[in-house]
Amino acid sequence: MAAEKMTAAQAMAMALKAEGITTVFGYPGAAICPFYDELYNAGIRHVLVRHEVNAGHAASGYARMTGKPAVAVATSGPGATNLITAIATAYMDSIPMVLITGQVSSEMIGRDVFQEADITGAAEPFVKHSYLVKDADDIAVVFKNAFYIAGSGRPGPVLIDVPFDIQKTEIEFEYPETVNIRSYKPSVEGNKLQIKRAAAAIAKSERPLICAGGGLFTANAVGLMRELAERANIPVVNTMMGLSSMPASHPLFYGMIGMHGCRAANYAINHCDLLILLGARVGDRAVTAINRLEGATVIHIDVDPAEIGKNLSVNIPVVGDLKNILAGLLTQIENYDHYEWLQQLTGEKESQDKPTVRPKDGCVNPKEFIRMLGKSLPDGTVICADVGQNQIWTCANINLENGRLLTSGGMGTMGYSVPASVGAKAASPNSEVIAICGDGSFQMEFMELATMRQHGIFSKIIVMVNNRLGMVREVQTNMYGDRQIAVALDGSPDFIKLAEAYGIPASRVTDISQAQQAIDALLAAKESYLIEVTVDENEKTIL
Amino acid sequence: MKHTISVLVENHAGVLARVAGLFARRGFNIDSLAVGVTDDEKISRITIIADGTDYTLEQIEKQLNKLIDVIKVRHFENHELLTRELVLIKIACQPSQRAEVIALAEIVKAKISDITANTMTLELSDSVDRIKNFEELLRPYGIKEVVRTGSIAMQKGGVSMKL
Ligand SMILES: Cc1ncc(C[n+]2csc(CCOP(=O)(O)OP(=O)(O)O)c2C)c(N)n1
Ligand SMILES: [Mg+2]
Repeated sequence: MAAEKMTAAQAMAMALKAEGITTVFGYPGAAICPFYDELYNAGIRHVLVRHEVNAGHAASGYARMTGKPAVAVATSGPGATNLITAIATAYMDSIPMVLITGQVSSEMIGRDVFQEADITGAAEPFVKHSYLVKDADDIAVVFKNAFYIAGSGRPGPVLIDVPFDIQKTEIEFEYPETVNIRSYKPSVEGNKLQIKRAAAAIAKSERPLICAGGGLFTANAVGLMRELAERANIPVVNTMMGLSSMPASHPLFYGMIGMHGCRAANYAINHCDLLILLGARVGDRAVTAINRLEGATVIHIDVDPAEIGKNLSVNIPVVGDLKNILAGLLTQIENYDHYEWLQQLTGEKESQDKPTVRPKDGCVNPKEFIRMLGKSLPDGTVICADVGQNQIWTCANINLENGRLLTSGGMGTMGYSVPASVGAKAASPNSEVIAICGDGSFQMEFMELATMRQHGIFSKIIVMVNNRLGMVREVQTNMYGDRQIAVALDGSPDFIKLAEAYGIPASRVTDISQAQQAIDALLAAKESYLIEVTVDENEKTIL
Repeated sequence: MKHTISVLVENHAGVLARVAGLFARRGFNIDSLAVGVTDDEKISRITIIADGTDYTLEQIEKQLNKLIDVIKVRHFENHELLTRELVLIKIACQPSQRAEVIALAEIVKAKISDITANTMTLELSDSVDRIKNFEELLRPYGIKEVVRTGSIAMQKGGVSMKL
């Protein structure tokens, strides 16, 4: 491709096209107008969110479905700072994303002019990398590198801040074909010797266990993980980020570990003699489950060397791309049976299920509702779980057979599910996409109902209404003598009417007998649909 | 434990802020930090002396390596290193005391860099310990100002830290 004369703003749009970007999520302002004008010309679909943070979360949902960096755009100053929570959320969960912000003109930078914010400085702790473009001629290389960095190695958000005058500068544009960053060469191939050691450890183990994390999705290695589990009869547990990497009813699957995990999974982790961590950083909330691991050998396969040994000491570290490493490992793995070990775990699994508690009149047991929903879902459904008790109810009970679960695992960001569902639905218009949230979190994100309507991106919504910031209420009940402060959500709107105000049909479930009908209506709806589920304010998170 | 860490970075704007910010965020206290360009003008070398446990040190090295502009990170044991720092010390010095101070400077190989009717400014490049020692020797005269550069360090012997 020969160099062409154009403005840097046009070059930015051309760079997006060259990266195969067809949809961006954003919110404009004066400082980013030159670029918006070029989006208009380039015919790239722009989804106008109703708050910048949701542009970031929507890009996250989009990226998690496509596996490639997705794009969010904001203006300078408040537009840019509104993105920060989404950037931090993506960083914690290793989501590939390129964020483009407008900046005040170069000669104004540092003078505290109108809508100036040092966004590269402010976002520094939460980005994989960032650029403040000072020379318009750098645009092509900056974009090429940004997309490469965001999507390769351990993925993450990359921020590009482009001053107003730079956007308008005329340049010679030629998009580079290759990337060469001498200081960034993520390791891809795992060390052969380490892989051999891992295979030998598996061969020797009597009670092996795979703990599968979110890295399997990024590496597109879910299938290989299952192959490993099935070939060698190794039971599998998930971190929260790893949920939906195994069909819930798979005989080798024993559930989610951690503070909010299930008994069988935590039992497995405490009784295995070999723990195989795949793309899991085992964050502190997951590690709480791991207290009796002393005798066990730990294999940790991850693309980020900094995660290995950070939360857990490791005997056999293997750094690199999970897909390559698992493929290599599989060539050295034979059939093993582990009959006794599996029997033991199945026993735990069977005895962990408690009888369903009948809720008080006018309320629904949320776990029962989620299980019912899970059984009704078509293949390929994407569930976006928000944060709070509703997240744990969803993660522990949805039991996806074939689908994806998206949630904010590392940051626990309330208000993630609805915008993430918009992004996921935009990326996978033929999949059923359902956001499940609490009444607190929903009120941080319901402005996006307008985005769905405006752009015809029809994801669906379930709101668990306990009229409380339930998870915090529970902490106050258990640790602060039930002195409840700032957790009642009195004054919340009627969510049915609210949905209707956006032209979205809705129904309320106040008794489990109404649940199936509502679920069927939600799944049958061609456009968006909202279900409000009434939940006891004293409902517990687990049990 | 004190650790000496040498970092080769791309000589771009903002890199120093990234490196220093990372230390602060990961709970590593920086005792001294010195930065300067290397023989390749596109590469700067940052020398950091910091305090922290071995666990934090390992994390810091790994996290530094993740910064895109960081080209190479090395952590050295003190005995492997030649460490130097430059100090300027301005003291009160009456004409009658000059000979004494000059003699002192000669012993430690410090330079007299500036002199006025009643002050003297001395310059010394040496190891951190010897600089501290020199400062103590001058204290009785009345120290008016001390400026130190922070340590720079290089491996002893024929090896070098290159790309
Ligand atoms: C942005 C943000 N603010 C505060 C919190 C702290 N927090 C965690 S759970 C929770 C309550 C969530 O309430 P709701 O959405 O109604 O869910 P519930 O727990 O009631 O199911 C809060 C406030 C958070 N995680 N994120
Ligand atoms: Mg609630």
